[in-house]
Amino acid sequence: MTYMKKTLAASIAVAAASSMAISTAHAEISDGEVRIGYLADMSGTYRDLAGPGGQTAMEMAVADFGGSVNGSPIVIFSADDRNSADVGANTVREWIDQRNVDMVGGLVASSFSIAVTKVLQENNGLGIVSGSAASSITNEHCTPNHIHWVYDTYPLANGTAKAVVEQGGDSWFLLTADYAFGHALEADVTSVVEANGGEIVGGVRHPFPTSDFSSYILQAQGSGAKIVGLANAGADTVNAITTASQFGLTQSGQQLAGLLIFLNDVHALGLEATQGLLLTTGWYWDMDEESRAWSERYFEEPGRMPTMVQAGIYSSTMHYLKAVEAAGTDDPETVRAKMAEEPINDFFARNGSIREDGRMIHDMYLAQVKTTEESPGAWDLYEILSTIPAAEAYRPLSESQCSLVQNGSADALQAQASAALAWGQASRKGVTKGVSNNKQRAGAAP
Amino acid sequence: MTMIFGVPMAVFMGQLTLGLVNGAFYALLSLGLAVIFGLLKIVNFAHGAQYMLGAFAALLGFRYLGINYWLALILVPLVVGGCGMLMERFLLRRIAHLDHLYGLLLTFGLALIFEGTLINLFGVSGARYATPEILLGGLNLGFMFLPTYRAWVLVAALAMCLFTWFMIERTRLGAYLRAGTENSQLMQAFGVNVPLLITLTYGFGVGLAAFAGVLAAPLYPVSPTMGSSLLIVVFAVVVIGGMGSILCAILTGLGMGIIEGFTKVYYPEASNTVIFLVMILVLMLRPAGLFGKEA
Repeated sequence: MTYMKKTLAASIAVAAASSMAISTAHAEISDGEVRIGYLADMSGTYRDLAGPGGQTAMEMAVADFGGSVNGSPIVIFSADDRNSADVGANTVREWIDQRNVDMVGGLVASSFSIAVTKVLQENNGLGIVSGSAASSITNEHCTPNHIHWVYDTYPLANGTAKAVVEQGGDSWFLLTADYAFGHALEADVTSVVEANGGEIVGGVRHPFPTSDFSSYILQAQGSGAKIVGLANAGADTVNAITTASQFGLTQSGQQLAGLLIFLNDVHALGLEATQGLLLTTGWYWDMDEESRAWSERYFEEPGRMPTMVQAGIYSSTMHYLKAVEAAGTDDPETVRAKMAEEPINDFFARNGSIREDGRMIHDMYLAQVKTTEESPGAWDLYEILSTIPAAEAYRPLSESQCSLVQNGSADALQAQASAALAWGQASRKGVTKGVSNNKQRAGAAP
Repeated sequence: MTMIFGVPMAVFMGQLTLGLVNGAFYALLSLGLAVIFGLLKIVNFAHGAQYMLGAFAALLGFRYLGINYWLALILVPLVVGGCGMLMERFLLRRIAHLDHLYGLLLTFGLALIFEGTLINLFGVSGARYATPEILLGGLNLGFMFLPTYRAWVLVAALAMCLFTWFMIERTRLGAYLRAGTENSQLMQAFGVNVPLLITLTYGFGVGLAAFAGVLAAPLYPVSPTMGSSLLIVVFAVVVIGGMGSILCAILTGLGMGIIEGFTKVYYPEASNTVIFLVMILVLMLRPAGLFGKEA
């Protein structure tokens, strides 16, 4: 009890002091530091597509930026989200409450990112989602407090599924990971396939993660569909493709369509199992001179070529830091607005811009996995077939269910959002909130 | 087409076969756990990690030493089992007189260390281990295409299970073991080196896990996390069958594989949970397990 009283008293003092500090130095960098949190799967299924490699990318961005913004040092915190919405939400809450983290980056599993963005919204933080796939993150789950950077399920479906249907693959069986991301991808693929004259003849929703796909592959074989679409990711996709090749799925005349495949998956599976596979990607390391130069620099540390997510983390962190520098503050609302003002054209994004729903749209690419003969190097895996222009790749705003888009004009919205932010900012720094936060923390302690 | 329970005969038979293959894995792994628990009273939470180490040893042995699959099938269980014996001799023995819980915590901690180290070294994407040439291709069973390798897994795993059962229930060595766990002081008085027997038994159980790991290497991507998800299921299988009985662990393993297989057809969303549902039911109705004797 005494301990709690002491910490309460201390937190009131700190909160009061910090609110005074804020009022004297308003439009500046809070705490004299730009604090970035990196939250991603560091040890589970999605480790290799983001994980420690994503942190490397983020650190590269900070180092390339010079390590400080207008004289204030940039600090990175990192944590393992363990693919759990609870762990993610609690970590972000703690970062904002106790460490005044200004921006949270990384963010991989969709279900978890949706939980985290809700916390960011409640606490007026800022998040940049780089790893997640669900298009719902900037659709029904959009908030003014996050941006979705690298890709989402809409262009994945729009790119791969459309190309496959156009090549004659008009009947589909879908293997779907049974959580937010899989459902979003399944919905997007279904609408693209049907819009292009194809049909979905069956499907299975499998638990996440699953190691044995033999039963599902057998069902897919029995369905008679021409195309077996994999609406899953990471190790699930790798397992499904491996099992499909063991069961001779392609020999019996069916074709696999991987809807979300990362570079590390193809690398793990090897070209023999994957050659010829069509996929949609937001970026590829060997796309052009600029991307190659960056990737070779990146390669030096982890000894692996970057995935699109890792490259996107660099790109988004850089854009964020530039916005902080230009705005002269790390206040989330101001920085978010500044980020949206500037178009994004770097080694990662072409024709990039941030829409009001938080979606960063940029050119996407339809790629094909090279054959063993075509590929001379261990990481020389894709051939880019065509570019899907930014404006066509993502869900048009006219179809958006995002409340930020439909609620009247953009100006009214901006005013609403800034009022909400200002209110939240004041109460967060204030004494009352300081006490209640502390209660929460005391409750959460073991 | 003939229908069974609302699905075509062919699909039904196919799922039954696949269920048996998976069940054979469960049987082999739960057998190792049952041997270790039944004879040593150690709840071996490192079993999944030891299975993973078996697969990794096969992969790395092939990559760096050129050891082929067949040789790996013999060598890897010996090497990993040997490491297990060291673990027993230098770590587990020190806490043998304490509550079971300490052994559980120790083995769980070791499992996390093995897994974490390999994740740092190799990542989680996993690597492919080539199927031996002679087992490539598949058998057309009429109702399904069964990859030859899976048929081999079924045969090899069941053979190993029966061998273990025979060793423990039908040989003199097995009799010593069983007697040693009943009353170790008396056995020592007869001049039997009980501590050595215990070390060997732990090593044997670990060797079984490693054997299963080598069998699994060509089936699934070899990754540091491959054991942890399986471990919980295998524990559930042991609980369902009743701790400590060998033949029952085998039968329960096969049965659970089949139940899980059919869940994947009728209600795939529940396929990861069905075994735990069975476990809860069994614990409610027969707390000692389906075949357990103690109340």
